[in-house]
Amino acid sequence: MRNLFLFLKKNQFFVIFVVIQLVSLSLLFNSYSYHKSLSFNTVSDFRGMVFSSYDAIVDYFYLRAENEALVEENARLRSQQSVVFPDQDSVVGIQDTLYQYVAADVVSNTVHRRNNFITINKGKLSGVEKEMGVISGSGVAGIIIGVSDNYALIMSLLHQNAIISARIKKNQHLVNVAWKTRDHTTGMVIDIPSHIQLFEGDTIVSSGNSLIFPKDIMIGTIIDHQKSASKGLEEATMKFSTEFNRLGHVYIIKNQHKEEQQQLINPEQSSNE
Amino acid sequence: MSNTIKHSIYFLLIMALQVLALNHMNLGGYLNPYVYVLFLLVLPVHINKSLLLLLGFATGLCMDYFGNTLGLHASASVLLAFMRPSVIQLFFKNLDFSERESPMISRVGFMGFLKYTFILVFLHHLLLFYLEVLSFTDGLQTLLAVLLSSLLSTAVIMILVLIFGSRKT
Repeated sequence: MRNLFLFLKKNQFFVIFVVIQLVSLSLLFNSYSYHKSLSFNTVSDFRGMVFSSYDAIVDYFYLRAENEALVEENARLRSQQSVVFPDQDSVVGIQDTLYQYVAADVVSNTVHRRNNFITINKGKLSGVEKEMGVISGSGVAGIIIGVSDNYALIMSLLHQNAIISARIKKNQHLVNVAWKTRDHTTGMVIDIPSHIQLFEGDTIVSSGNSLIFPKDIMIGTIIDHQKSASKGLEEATMKFSTEFNRLGHVYIIKNQHKEEQQQLINPEQSSNE
Repeated sequence: MSNTIKHSIYFLLIMALQVLALNHMNLGGYLNPYVYVLFLLVLPVHINKSLLLLLGFATGLCMDYFGNTLGLHASASVLLAFMRPSVIQLFFKNLDFSERESPMISRVGFMGFLKYTFILVFLHHLLLFYLEVLSFTDGLQTLLAVLLSSLLSTAVIMILVLIFGSRKT
């Protein structure tokens, strides 16, 4: 026993190094799981403030591009309006109120890391909660994983744990979307049944199965689908409709019936929480 | 000025530069300069080794806090802190440093500081980038990113110490 202490004391530097290194690595690997990242990520107003003061300066340089994106979105919403109006008395109108949208500004965003995060300037005080979906003007952007009073942290689609339940629009088959490349413009469509052939330009939309995103929100369009010889599930490359590189404004989606739906699906889990 | 206060000010300035400016710099997805390690590089040569490790850990955690990468920078910075005494021993064996002296260009020469910086920055980036991409399969691409980013970080650090170094003691 005494020898052990002597040894530790003699190699104090190395021992401390190993201990701290183990602590760091366990923190790191814990943060790699989706459910742990929900509880691990600390969001604070302090960090949000640092980022938004930076953002206030830089914002001006992107006003032009931001304006163009808003104009495009306006145009698209206008064109949808004519379709929606006739249905207002029917069930479709009621379905719409299931989801509430909250607009927010992006104060910090990365696209070049393996795991990318977005910080926005709406938090608990605006009714934002964990595991709400976030969309940009042009498509799905991410999921809220942490909130402080005035800010929220979003796990971008460009994150290894961000796997979104999706649908192939033309035939309604269920697939999943993940991000596996370094390229922030393209993602992978995975779990494609082998009898399905996708073509360039085919649209991938949210499935509406996940309680987070409503049905039929655009995720991206197929670039390439190489059929493999094996009979398993296949993958295809997809271009994200959201331009993560110039994300300025986003919308947080509140699902009004989420608790009710969750209770129905998994009564035990929701009563435990 | 007390050494502790001086190094605390370095810490704040270097972290502000890293978090507010350099973290937002992405040149083609490959070049991410991480110059916050400069703080660890210019700590006094004879600093208590355990304190050096703890400062490495704290600096890394601070970066992780702003980048949502819990443990990633901490791990790489602790490695840098661990390797620093050996690298100093390797390059500057013949120099006698006083109690509070830091390895600066004025003392170890431009080439000396360049070698010292590049080796440590490279080791730091190597661990950092490979830990970050664990599940990626593009090993060689990551190595390229490590190399290019190390060169860039070293260049920025050299520019910083050339501009401000003359005033440091």
